[in-house]
Amino acid sequence: MSESNENKFSPELLSFINEWKDKPGNLIMVLHKVQEEQDYISREAADQVAALLDVPLATIWGVVSFYHFFKLTKPGKHNIQICMGTACYLKGAQPLIDELAKQLAIEVNEVTDDGLFSLEAVRCVGCCGLAPVLTVGGEVFGKVTKDQIAGIIAKYK
Amino acid sequence: MAFRNYILVCGGTACESSRADQIYQNLIKECKDQGVADEVQVIKTGCFGFCEQGPIVKVLPEDSFYVKVSPKDAHEIIAEHIIKGREVTRLLYDKSESRKHAKVEDIQFYQKQFRIVLRNCGFIDPENIDEYIAREGYEALEKALFEMTGDDIIEELKTAGLRGRGGAGFPTWMKWNFTKQAENDVKYVVCNADEGDPGAYMDRSTLEGDPHSVLEAMTICGKAIGAQKGYIYIRAEYPLAINRLEIAMAQAREYGLLGKNILGSGFDFDIEIRLGAGAFVCGEETALLQSIEGHRGMPQPRPPFPAVKGLWGKPTVINNVETWANIPVIISKGGNWFSKIGTADSKGTKVFALTGKIRNSGLVEVPMGTTLREIVFDIGGGIANGRKFKAVQTGGPSGGVITDADLDTPIDFGSLVRIGSMMGSGGMIVMDEDDCIVDVAKFYLNFTVDESCGKCAPCRIGGRSLCNILEKITLGNGVPEDLEAMATIGKAMRVGSLCALGQTAPNPILSSMKFFGEEYRAHIEDKSCPSGTCKNLVTYSILADKCIGCTACARKCPVGAITGEKKQLHIIDQNTCIKCGVCLETCKFGAVVVQ
Ligand SMILES: Cc1cc2nc3c(=O)[nH]c(=O)nc-3n(C[C@H](O)[C@H](O)[C@H](O)COP(=O)(O)O)c2cc1C
Ligand code: SF4
Ligand code: SF4
Ligand code: SF4
Ligand code: FES
Ligand code: FES
Repeated sequence: MSESNENKFSPELLSFINEWKDKPGNLIMVLHKVQEEQDYISREAADQVAALLDVPLATIWGVVSFYHFFKLTKPGKHNIQICMGTACYLKGAQPLIDELAKQLAIEVNEVTDDGLFSLEAVRCVGCCGLAPVLTVGGEVFGKVTKDQIAGIIAKYK
Repeated sequence: MAFRNYILVCGGTACESSRADQIYQNLIKECKDQGVADEVQVIKTGCFGFCEQGPIVKVLPEDSFYVKVSPKDAHEIIAEHIIKGREVTRLLYDKSESRKHAKVEDIQFYQKQFRIVLRNCGFIDPENIDEYIAREGYEALEKALFEMTGDDIIEELKTAGLRGRGGAGFPTWMKWNFTKQAENDVKYVVCNADEGDPGAYMDRSTLEGDPHSVLEAMTICGKAIGAQKGYIYIRAEYPLAINRLEIAMAQAREYGLLGKNILGSGFDFDIEIRLGAGAFVCGEETALLQSIEGHRGMPQPRPPFPAVKGLWGKPTVINNVETWANIPVIISKGGNWFSKIGTADSKGTKVFALTGKIRNSGLVEVPMGTTLREIVFDIGGGIANGRKFKAVQTGGPSGGVITDADLDTPIDFGSLVRIGSMMGSGGMIVMDEDDCIVDVAKFYLNFTVDESCGKCAPCRIGGRSLCNILEKITLGNGVPEDLEAMATIGKAMRVGSLCALGQTAPNPILSSMKFFGEEYRAHIEDKSCPSGTCKNLVTYSILADKCIGCTACARKCPVGAITGEKKQLHIIDQNTCIKCGVCLETCKFGAVVVQ
């Protein structure tokens, strides 16, 4: 698949943008929708949003780069998010990151060569009672220990 | 009761992640299969607050409190409890004293709690507006629309003495009053659901468990100040809360409780959701408004305050989720009732997210004036794993540490400031003797530096310098002058930063230096980390009288730093050791020690 094809907006996305086009302060909501569909904000996507909403590309990059939630590169098929909120940090989130990095042979914010996994450190995901917590594509794992890492990775292979 | 039994299944985020939905589905299926579907209603509620013990299932009217339930337990709960009337003892909380601690009111975790904000969390199905209405929901709105003027409403809040729960504790009535008095045809009502403090999830649970309470309150505010539009600014990281809000808004519109001509009163008010995008600084009110407008979330100088010039330049009330959730109760029961709860300085209750090294981690709501000791030891059950209490941090990255000496302080906005911390939004992180205070301060500083918007130099440059000094100290390169330097930089940031993020960023350092000066000096002067956290400052060694020469550690050491013959004393070569801690974990004889 060529890059431009991959980043083509679906009819649903286009109609969402159309619906929001004239609402004030729409840019962030539109970018959320783009990322929901495409997993990240690509150059092509930013170009299209600029054209559709009639805002300068510089404004879009300004917003995308300000907010941590927006990704500039394509994440792995399974994005592993480790909570580095205070509760999880105290309960040993750092050793979990080290272990994941070791087993996947990537650093935080990188993607494995096969494109299957990426690793991300995030802020509190709101399950602090289960600290330390990690999530894989929306599925939450609580009270994670180092020994469970291999099993969690295997589940998504 | 229309049904013989009600089964409440926790549908909060923590329990959902441990397959609460499957438990819910299985219970419904078992009710059908075992022929009691007409007599039993299964309801999915919001967070019970006792997330540590989740997934939680509560059966009424017996009030049996089942913890750590798994989907396969559904059969037994129906077959034993519902059909035979025998509680499933093995699932009850605290089996050791089985009957004694079975009932909810007997569980110490709940005894000192008093629920206003969380009144419906864990009691109603948040996706069903009828259940909210059945518990007096929307009565306050009706009263506000038909029996009260805007000034009456504001007067009630004034009598109540409600102060904002988002951190600063500003009197809510004053904010509303300023906005009401501002001359403008267009005004806005905003709910701050950005909840950025990592380790805090009070607002999330409120929205997930009782979304209508916030919608109702915002509508009341609209009536009071003369606004017709509200925005809820919520973190994109909270999908379940967003979903429940959307359902609640649709149901409220359908019932004529939101939208045009609410309840036939002629008053129009509607609410829209706007998503945050992972920037902590957007919790600051002026930055939040920038973000709703679609810009980078940079704080703006105040004045003008949002009450005068807020969203799109219009007068705007902005309140925190928990502040909102108090308001329907105040309007229904009256400000007088509310003002009798709490202390002279702070009325009502406060919700805290109790996390860290605490035995019962969870969400607690207590009257203002409860002491920290009651929260940590009575409600929280003290420290987990028999370790010793070290400190508790309130106020998140803007707050400070509180030690044992101050644990008997009755909590309110004023008292927490006097003991060197602050209320903050309600995060309460408990640390034990294994936590290094310097490392924790570094963690918080890294957070604020990461989240600084970079607009002003004191915050941007000062924060970075503080981080660098802390890094140096934890690596063992600290010098005695560093303490002085950090205090000086911290003071400059307090005075010179534009917004409270920068102004309060040095707090974790300044307060921990005050209470744990010894620990900082140990890092700097003795090059040692008393809790054994800072890798560069610890040494692993083997005790001659304990080592039996089993060779396990030597085989596991990743760098081959351990040598020794079988059945002989083993020795660690300090020059090779990378301080990974594997030998400590490996040795079954307690021969490896870390200093
Ligand atoms: C850096 C920073 C982050 C903040 N984050 C939040 C937040 O996540 N939620 C919140 O309600 N208030 C937050 N506040 C406080 C808001 O600026 C504001 O005071 C609050 O929303 C007012 O509501 P209240 O009067 O009901 O407390 C933050 C303030 C600062 C300086
Ligand atoms: S104090 Fe920090 S976060 Fe606040 S405006 Fe200045 S740089 Fe931005
Ligand atoms: S594991 Fe413990 S007992 Fe065995 S050789 Fe190592 S230090 Fe000695
Ligand atoms: S701490 Fe790690 S590197 Fe050092 S001796 Fe023990 S196992 Fe080997
Ligand atoms: S700190 Fe990790 S879930 Fe809250
Ligand atoms: S999420 Fe179930 S008790 Fe908190």
